Amino acid sequence: MVATADPVRGALRTRIEHAMRPWRRANPMARWLVIVGGLITLTFAFLALFPNVVAPYGEDQYQYVVGSTDDPRLLEDQRCGTDVECEQIPRRIEPGEGHPFGTTSARLDVFSRVVHGARVAFSIVLLSTLLAMGIGVPLGLMSGYRGGKLDRVLVTLMDAIYVIPGLLLAIIVAFVLQQYFEPGLASAAVAVGVVYVPQYFRVIRNHTLSVKEEPFVEAARAMGAPPRTIVGRYIFFNVVQSVPVIFTLNAADAVLTLAGLGFLGFGVPYPLAEWGLDVSRAITDVVSGFWWTAFFPGLAIMALVTGLTLVGEGLNDIVNPLLRVKGFKGRVPRRRDPAPESQAAGGEADVSQTITRENS
Amino acid sequence: MAESVPTFTTDTATATAPVLEVRDLSVSYGTPRGPLHAVDRVSFDLHAGESLGVVGESGCGKSSLGRGLMQLLPVGAAVGGSVRLRGEELIGTSNSRLRRARGEDIALVFQEPMTRLDPLMRVSDHFVGAIRAHRPKVSKDEAREMAREALAQMGIPRTRADNFPHEFSGGMRQRIMIALGIVLRPAVIVADEPTTALDVIVEAQILDLLDRLRSDEEVGLMLITHNLGIVAETCDRVAVMYAGRIVEIGPVAEVFADPKHPYTQGLLASVISVDTTELVSIDGSPPDLVDPPPACRYRPRCPIKAEGSDRIDPALTSVGADHQAACLLYEGAEIGHGKVQA
Repeated sequence: MVATADPVRGALRTRIEHAMRPWRRANPMARWLVIVGGLITLTFAFLALFPNVVAPYGEDQYQYVVGSTDDPRLLEDQRCGTDVECEQIPRRIEPGEGHPFGTTSARLDVFSRVVHGARVAFSIVLLSTLLAMGIGVPLGLMSGYRGGKLDRVLVTLMDAIYVIPGLLLAIIVAFVLQQYFEPGLASAAVAVGVVYVPQYFRVIRNHTLSVKEEPFVEAARAMGAPPRTIVGRYIFFNVVQSVPVIFTLNAADAVLTLAGLGFLGFGVPYPLAEWGLDVSRAITDVVSGFWWTAFFPGLAIMALVTGLTLVGEGLNDIVNPLLRVKGFKGRVPRRRDPAPESQAAGGEADVSQTITRENS
Repeated sequence: MAESVPTFTTDTATATAPVLEVRDLSVSYGTPRGPLHAVDRVSFDLHAGESLGVVGESGCGKSSLGRGLMQLLPVGAAVGGSVRLRGEELIGTSNSRLRRARGEDIALVFQEPMTRLDPLMRVSDHFVGAIRAHRPKVSKDEAREMAREALAQMGIPRTRADNFPHEFSGGMRQRIMIALGIVLRPAVIVADEPTTALDVIVEAQILDLLDRLRSDEEVGLMLITHNLGIVAETCDRVAVMYAGRIVEIGPVAEVFADPKHPYTQGLLASVISVDTTELVSIDGSPPDLVDPPPACRYRPRCPIKAEGSDRIDPALTSVGADHQAACLLYEGAEIGHGKVQA
């Protein structure tokens, strides 16, 4: 068993190194794009995962228990009105101490709303792009591989969807879904997701068309491989590389579409914290001079879109070999121990160390 | 019609049934101008342990013949006639039977080995996939062991089985392709220009390997090439193709020493060797196969232009022991392909 594990582990190490090679050889600019965008995105991801660590109040919390401890987060407002003395959050306070982004006319803390909004943004972006991928990628593979009438029909259908502006399509879908389902995260995700199906479909289909003519696919057929294997192993893995780039770029766009839906009232229902919804509810405030209720959710939308776009553009440059700097060898990977070259000869201990290091 | 075409068996000493019997095989591709008959009613036999060279200039249907045997053709192509493998008809069988036959009964070794392996799969994974597609019961570890065995047989160290294709040289990749071809022990190997784009030393190694397979494993080998030297060196019999037809077939020594068909004569005269002082070629180019010449297809380029070749489409006729040529210079060819013009 140990004997068989050795080459596999060695292969894993080379695989990791191989996977990192485009990163090392990439244009430094592209690397910075990914790093900066990644940091912004990760910050929002953290907010989305642990909103209660950062936000002092809940997303629909307008009152808090007075006194007993220093940490207001522990003071649930559910007990208010019974035996505990509660105090309401004041309306329309300017950004300052206690409420860094101010409060709204509905006594909600804007900072807490922005933080909780990350959760909705992330879950809907993830759900919708997964949905778009889940439909677009298999359909694209099938359409590209089978060809013929099926291909024609699907391409026409997808082009027809693609013609409709994204936000308009999302509104139509959301409107239809409203007739049958309670508005919520799921229906908003479907409405946003439908917009991006054609993008995955087109990229995967066109890529499949070219990969299926590769000599190695014919060789696989000559060996008697069934279509399932050809599509699943030979074509899929040669085609799937383009998905991460579309994913990050789509994710940025999906944030905007979701915010647009929310702004127009077709997104998630109030009082769920969603940035577009908050901006739309703050319109009247802006006229009266309360700039902060619209400004901060808007800023959050912009920051997340920027972060995701930077990652997408950077990845695009890194994944596409034609955009790499010619002759730029890249940074030599830093080795912390002096005997890395001997690993090629097959030192088992060295190999496992490398793996843990690169995984960490 | 099919019955009138003579059959071409080797001498009576090999009385065993041929492993591959091809009768009237036609391959046509759909084009906007109508079907293009890349292979037109070709018949031959291949015995176990025998190697048949198929030669001819580019575009005369050699590769289409190899692919037609496996029915590995693009959309819109049609195959007709009969291909019997150990007596079993392959034309018109179910897709699943055909898939089983590919790789297990007939293996195809392609030209251009550089692009025939999936760059994302380890070499051993190609073997595992191929073996398990045909024998689902074989475990992955067993399949890997079979892969190492087949690679070792081809002179690739066992330790390199888990490498990726780009880590091998062209010659090694071609040996991997051959190993992939033989791992399931097929009865017939069709090698389609296996040494094109390889240097002469690797070429010699590959041909040596194929020759050894043929003699050791009793595989029927069909070697498609335009290198006459390779055929002279490694094959027992040779079939000369022109415009989708076999125009001459016979033992290598006899055909090369005494070519009967004018095309074979021209082809042999064009061979370049060390003492060549003047380059010879056949004027003109092969005919348009969508609309081929009505009678003898070689007549427009033929220096002899035998009597009647503007009216009669010659059929193969015996010109020696186990040696046939399709030319009206020889008696019996005027039976024709049934397309005698008035």
